Amino acid sequence: MHGKLTAPLVLTALAFGALALLPGVGSAYAIDWVTKTMIYAVLALSLELLVGSTGLVCFGQAAFFGMGAYAAVLLSPKDGAASLVWLLPAAVASAAAYALVVGALCLRTRGAYFIMVTLAFAQMAYYLVHDTPLGGGSDGIYLTRRPKLGTLLDLEQAVQMYGLTLACLALSFGGLALLLRSRFGRALAGIRVNEQRMRATGFSTYPYKLAAFVISGALAGLAGFLFALKDGFVNPELLSWHISGAVLVMIILGGLGHLRGALLGAFVFALLQELFQSEALFGPLAKHWHLGLGLAIIFSVALLPRGLVGLPALWRGRRHG
Amino acid sequence: MDSTSFLIQCLNALQYGLLLFLVASGLTLIFGIMGVINLAHGSFYMIGAYMAYGLAPWVHTHLGGGFFSTLGVGLLLSVLLGYLLEWAFFSFLYTREHLQQVLMTYGLILVFEELRSLLVGDNVYGVPVPDWLGGAVPLSDVMVYPVYRLFVSGVCLALALGMYLVFTRTRLGMKIRAGSNNREMVQSLGVDIRLLYRLVFATGVALAALAGMVAAPISSVYPGMGQGVLIVCFVVVVIGGIGSVRGALLAALLIGVVDTFGKVLLPQAAGVLVYVLMAAILLWKPDGLFKAA
Repeated sequence: MHGKLTAPLVLTALAFGALALLPGVGSAYAIDWVTKTMIYAVLALSLELLVGSTGLVCFGQAAFFGMGAYAAVLLSPKDGAASLVWLLPAAVASAAAYALVVGALCLRTRGAYFIMVTLAFAQMAYYLVHDTPLGGGSDGIYLTRRPKLGTLLDLEQAVQMYGLTLACLALSFGGLALLLRSRFGRALAGIRVNEQRMRATGFSTYPYKLAAFVISGALAGLAGFLFALKDGFVNPELLSWHISGAVLVMIILGGLGHLRGALLGAFVFALLQELFQSEALFGPLAKHWHLGLGLAIIFSVALLPRGLVGLPALWRGRRHG
Repeated sequence: MDSTSFLIQCLNALQYGLLLFLVASGLTLIFGIMGVINLAHGSFYMIGAYMAYGLAPWVHTHLGGGFFSTLGVGLLLSVLLGYLLEWAFFSFLYTREHLQQVLMTYGLILVFEELRSLLVGDNVYGVPVPDWLGGAVPLSDVMVYPVYRLFVSGVCLALALGMYLVFTRTRLGMKIRAGSNNREMVQSLGVDIRLLYRLVFATGVALAALAGMVAAPISSVYPGMGQGVLIVCFVVVVIGGIGSVRGALLAALLIGVVDTFGKVLLPQAAGVLVYVLMAAILLWKPDGLFKAA
């Protein structure tokens, strides 16, 4: 297994290569679109660690995403550019700290409870931001100056923002791949398959699950941080449960249990969104693009329970009977 | 707060709690009996409210009669909708994982919400209170309480009692309880479990739609109204214990009190209080107040 060049590995490497080359050929719109989609891919990866690798279905990922975004804006000084050296860790750490508190509570429950409780806590965060004046209330708040990294990085330029996002995505992907191969990752897989047996073999599963929850929250916070930097604006909708739902759709659409599924899912989801929003194809219905998206979700659940990553296997199975 | 306004807030809390119970009971039944997490449950509440708005003129000209005929037609339609939805979308979800149920019903929410936008538009509409319920009960020299709110509480109480009797005292209730414990066993005893499930689902949909219909004159109808209710109902179900109707009643009343008095006493934190309550109860009892048997 180790070190073997498999088709998925080659394809993933090629995809990252293509992403690295895009700024040379893509239009400004393409760069902006791919930056946004890569941010969602980081968010999808963070959820994949919980849902696909550990078997914990979290329906409140938007709260950590929003936490990272709000931290980026609120911690930036009003009168100048912050340094990326401390702003990025600070935003990620605030999301992680919040995930620690929420996770410690939510992980007392399991199964369907866990889904509902994570959703409810995310709504709590949403109302906290929405109803209190701290983060600008329902109007949101602007980031006055994007942070700098000495003279190395000027994030006011879209291409540099693209580079930072791509680097974060690649590091998240690589880091998670390593993590899942480690003893810790194996323990998470064991918890997903049979938690009872893991406990019987002497693993205290709670700390493992909590660690996974916090890492996932931190990564979601990183995605939120990037989002705030890219848009220069945050509002409570970043914490809305539609984001949590959309990310879940991405990882399922891509295929659970594979990191590349999360990447694929994020891009396919964004493409679907573009498709249903296109006025050229749907005319006046384009305004109601949620309709097409909802139907696509329903069909993908009904017909593709294993996601897009499972498609080749499905085809092979058909051909060989 | 003097005693009269305290009484008014208590009645408001009761009315809100009972209305929540009506929606949450369907949610907890569908989960407890069929094991399906139904995110689209809030949409049924919304559909009910929009039926109260949209059907009333039609019912008035074609069938005659007012509020009660509209309720009747709406109930009939919602049972039909529930029956068809179970057949088309939910019947194959029973054996799937929770995750896929969540996704499927999330897709349904998007579809319902957009269909609503296409059919009725995105404006806020008021629904008139029927004339004969439009009065008010005097509570003191200056304070009055609207009769319609008392009527809503009464309807919810009657339904709660009816549900309790059907579940504990009838043969149908016995079959439903048995089916939630062991589907295969009940089926092998000659009970048509698919039909039973379809009925339970249709009842759940009808309960939520009815809640929406009676709530419409108080809350008016507006886009996204189902989603707020859905999430509060999740909190109700989690606090009460998933699958427990008794727990849902208690939790719904508790939330009614906390939310209503929170809005009066601590207006800045009102949105968050309900979730703080949930966190506190989870710390104390992770399985909710009443764990379903």
